[in-house]
Amino acid sequence: MSRIIGIDLGTTNSLVAYVDEATGLPRVIPDAEGRPLLPSVVAFTPDGIVVGEAARRQLARRPADTVYSVKRLMGRGHEDVKDEMRFLPFRIVPGEGLVKLAVGGREVTPPEVSAAVLKALKERAERHFGEPIEKAVVTVPAYFNDAQRQATKDAGRIAGLDVVRIVNEPTAASLAYGLQRLSEGVIAVYDLGGGTFDVSILRVKGGVFEVLATNGDTHLGGDDLDRVLALWLLEDIAVRHHAELDRDCVDLARDPEAMQELRLAAEAAKIRLSSEERTTLTIPFAGFTYRRDITRAELERLVEPLVTRTLGPCRRALGDAGLTPADIDEIVLVGGSTRVPLVRRRVQELFGKAPHSQLNPDEVVALGAAVQAHILAGGFTNMLLLDVTPLSLGIESLGGIVNVLIPRNTTIPTSAREMFTTSVDGQTLVDLHVVQGERELVKDCRSLGRFELRIDPMPAGMPKIEVTFLIDANGILQVQAKEQRSGKAASIEVKPTYGLSETEVEQMIEDSFTYAEADVATRMLIEARNEADTVLVHAGRALKQGADLVPAEERAAIEAAVAALRAARGGDDRERIHEATTAVNRATEHLAEVLMDAALKGALGSRRATEILGERT
Amino acid sequence: MLKQDYFSVFGLPRKLAIDTAELQRRFYALAREHHPDFHQAAPPEELARVEATSALVNTAYRTLRDPIARVDYLVRLEEGRTTREGAAEKPKAPPALLQEMFEIQEALAEAKTGALDAATRARLSAQREGLRARLKDEEARLGASLSARWDGAAPAERPAVLAALKEALATRAYLRTVIDDLAEALGEDEPSRREDKRVAHHRH
Ligand SMILES: Nc1ncnc2c1ncn2[C@@H]1O[C@H](COP(=O)(O)OP(=O)(O)O)[C@@H](O)[C@H]1O
Ligand SMILES: [Mg+2]
Repeated sequence: MSRIIGIDLGTTNSLVAYVDEATGLPRVIPDAEGRPLLPSVVAFTPDGIVVGEAARRQLARRPADTVYSVKRLMGRGHEDVKDEMRFLPFRIVPGEGLVKLAVGGREVTPPEVSAAVLKALKERAERHFGEPIEKAVVTVPAYFNDAQRQATKDAGRIAGLDVVRIVNEPTAASLAYGLQRLSEGVIAVYDLGGGTFDVSILRVKGGVFEVLATNGDTHLGGDDLDRVLALWLLEDIAVRHHAELDRDCVDLARDPEAMQELRLAAEAAKIRLSSEERTTLTIPFAGFTYRRDITRAELERLVEPLVTRTLGPCRRALGDAGLTPADIDEIVLVGGSTRVPLVRRRVQELFGKAPHSQLNPDEVVALGAAVQAHILAGGFTNMLLLDVTPLSLGIESLGGIVNVLIPRNTTIPTSAREMFTTSVDGQTLVDLHVVQGERELVKDCRSLGRFELRIDPMPAGMPKIEVTFLIDANGILQVQAKEQRSGKAASIEVKPTYGLSETEVEQMIEDSFTYAEADVATRMLIEARNEADTVLVHAGRALKQGADLVPAEERAAIEAAVAALRAARGGDDRERIHEATTAVNRATEHLAEVLMDAALKGALGSRRATEILGERT
Repeated sequence: MLKQDYFSVFGLPRKLAIDTAELQRRFYALAREHHPDFHQAAPPEELARVEATSALVNTAYRTLRDPIARVDYLVRLEEGRTTREGAAEKPKAPPALLQEMFEIQEALAEAKTGALDAATRARLSAQREGLRARLKDEEARLGASLSARWDGAAPAERPAVLAALKEALATRAYLRTVIDDLAEALGEDEPSRREDKRVAHHRH
């Protein structure tokens, strides 16, 4: 069997891993610079598509064309993302059904954006092995519904990868732990990443990993923590800098670049506060520099409601598994956001014991995907994963009521059979509306799609159509129908509510060649230009704010360096741009120091010294 | 395998007393044998068959490991109703409970028209506690003494035991519905229970 790689396609970061035959252990494949994580950011530039770190670095400068956290949009409709889009700087194409983005002068769907990330990882693996890679196991949040899973599979196809298995992230994490350090017993995996939250309860016994229950929230993660902090900062800025804002007629909330700066600064501060008790935020805006101290306690007050929201799903998962917190032998933490001390405290309080985090929470899901890939390739024969479907599956019945066919937390694969008949003489079409969710009414559940069964005309009530709903090991629904009297398979036309049709996927595979990824040289040139732009913006601001703080000749030197960089940036010579960038950096070094100093003094002047000294101890 | 009933899937007799540790052991063994993970190289038709078998093993385990679902399945199996047609039967009030239920239904109807006064609230609340205790008893009876009666019954006695099992199941379903209605009227919805109620019988 050909090689299968394991991919963690994350909201924030993605990774690729494989199982090393020699040691029997999974390993992450780093990029050429040795970095294991690939930021899940895709920039649509005039020169082509740029993925990863280079794209991430231009987030604040080209907010409208740089897509991040696209996982939150996978398999979703316009209605679902209305709230979300208010905070995302890229434009959405108005319409119904599946969400489309307008970026870089074209329309793209979330699976196409994800495909760009998958392709970059595929290429990373191909460079590592020196051979083409065609198959992958890709992870998804356990609480992803059918449409979101299908969208992930589509993304794989667009990237030229056959996604041989979709695995749930917490389950993958348990496989990685199971291989290395877990003892037998009941474990809870708590996975809080950038955009999603999952909790899974598993029984590990004799190489079998049996998921007992799973729950979660596909719209809760580190992004939300960043958002509450950013909104709070925005208010603080409005209060403290209203003079400058009024003077320049600026509304930060409507300025995508400023908002992106704010979001990035908020995230960075949040991360620092995981290891420090207090930190200072400095954000240079066009007309002023915002600076303030923030303590961990302040952050915790802001994010407390979000962290508390994760506890409900934990309790529900325990309830569904028929267990109490005391029955849990071990707790495994996964995802970057579990580094937040408040999260650890709350988890520990709920389960009454300290969680595990020996394996790197950033890598453990990818490692688990590699383990599952190895199982599928026939490499590990003693491990068996028994996962469940996270949401109940049902069909619409009379009065818009959901008739549940497969309850949530049923071990997959699973199937249900149901008999249908016709109500009108000569009826040749039976329409089934399939939904997923835990509510009683169809309108409160997630519509997966419509299945139209075509049968030969017969008197009403005569046909006996047996429909089999199978949820496969990927958690994806397959429907088959047979008319019992004739024994003929009924033809089924599937109309996914929030998915791509077969022809659309084909088209996108073709498109992906047209809009090819920028080649390495172009990519490096784009990166150099991005870097230059950032430096130019900063130098411009520094000159504006600190013109009279440095001698005239220093100012002239900076201006000359800036002019040289502008000229270099216009050309195609990457080396030259690089050198000119370094020159500007060097020329502004002193001015930056002076400005920092002034800002600090300004802060001192506006408050009583004792207050500040008091806070510092 | 695909044509087998859940008991024979695990090589068990049609008895209601099941050693769940042993059931789990057999389940893991069968799951290993039939899981699609270990048949990736198989041709598509065979893989589809493996998937169907794996689904059957999973459903069979889910059904038999739960003492109540087990009884429910046995009853349907004995009556030849393993594939469901149409909507589930609406649970009927057991005759023994009719008088009591009449009172509760009246109070519930009252609750629907207006706000509950404190006295009615307290009464409904007490009634709900009573019904909860009754539900527990009923489930215990189903899982223990009635199940044992089935296991010990001679073929000629079986129809009578089956009728008793059916009645106990209907009583249980009815009690659950009323408890949920009471919870709703009292404004203490029990969502998890409500979902369970929607989860109709297992079918295959
Ligand atoms: N030290 C830290 N403290 C707090 N949050 C962190 C820390 N490190 C990473 N994060 C957050 O974790 C999230 C990314 O986690 P990750 O597991 O990579 O997410 P995903 O799997 O969704 O891509 C981001 O929101 C990031 O801000
Ligand atoms: Mg993750």
